[in-house]
Amino acid sequence: MLRIDCLKAVYPELEDCLVVTIMGAVAAELHSLGHRPNFFYLQHAMGLASSTGLGLALCLPEQKVIVFDGDGSLLMNLGSLTTMARYRPKKLVHVVFDNESLLSVGGFPTATSTGTDLEGIARAAGIPRVVTVRSVESFKAAVTDAMQAGDLTTVIAKVEAKGPAAYVTDLALLENRFQFRRHIQSLKTR
Amino acid sequence: MPVSSTNSRLIYDALKECDIRLVSALPETWLVHLIRLADDDPAMILVRLAKEEEGVGISAGAHFAGVKSAMLMQNHGFLASINGIVSFAHLYRIPLLMLISYRGTIGERDPWQTQGGNVTEPLLRALRIPYFFLDSLDTVKKRIRQAQTLAESSLQPVALLLTRDLMWEE
Repeated sequence: MLRIDCLKAVYPELEDCLVVTIMGAVAAELHSLGHRPNFFYLQHAMGLASSTGLGLALCLPEQKVIVFDGDGSLLMNLGSLTTMARYRPKKLVHVVFDNESLLSVGGFPTATSTGTDLEGIARAAGIPRVVTVRSVESFKAAVTDAMQAGDLTTVIAKVEAKGPAAYVTDLALLENRFQFRRHIQSLKTR
Repeated sequence: MPVSSTNSRLIYDALKECDIRLVSALPETWLVHLIRLADDDPAMILVRLAKEEEGVGISAGAHFAGVKSAMLMQNHGFLASINGIVSFAHLYRIPLLMLISYRGTIGERDPWQTQGGNVTEPLLRALRIPYFFLDSLDTVKKRIRQAQTLAESSLQPVALLLTRDLMWEE
């Protein structure tokens, strides 16, 4: 299963969500499908995409929020699973693309390549709904289901360690950040 | 416990007057009253963290959502947050109001706090984070308001160092 195919499969569903991605391949691939003002790409600060999604979800409880995380990033901030579980935002979907690799820096294997089980960790941290998927169809079903479930969900998507040709997009970091905030403020006045 | 509940209340009320609606925190002795005040306040979103760096992401999310936030941490928690501060708050121009209990300085009895005390201000300067002291009753309210104003106008982290003189009664 390729991450880009997963992203393509759920792309239409992202229209009414606030989307936060990690840096590297996830950001570049989502951007390549077509940027939208409700997408924020956290192009550094590994580990904090899930915290950002949590902050959004706690402040905007009626708003669907989806985080596209990765195994390398999540392993840098495993405590975030416990904090998310503690506050359990009902409309937060936490997707973890697990390619068992720090792909963007050359493909160094992470601990999930030697048996660390992120589904088990998420479950034990107290995330109420956790599922692992290995096909694009099951990925799409899991994400759609999570959006309708009305409870915090972590979806572990086992994907191949294959990324895009280029990681740099033409969207400046600050442009993305200001556009994202302005978009959220515009939702409030509608 | 000689942590000043009166002065903690003063700080908390000043945060409320700045329209702070979310507080992230990781407990330490000097912060216990402040955290309890946030916990007892139904209008405040209190996020108890596993590690202080999470608070950078949570405050960024709050900022995107249009909610003003503050971070309560010890100076060792500030040390643990530095990558988040640099590669999120600085990189993306996120306002952070950081209330940092300044342990390990003059009068410190706990040996384990002392190294952190030595490096707190040098690191704040190296990171070019504006910082100010909360050290007397007369200026607490004004300094918190001014620090919050600066964080919002400059879109960057601003630190307030909570001192022993304010937080500790003995």
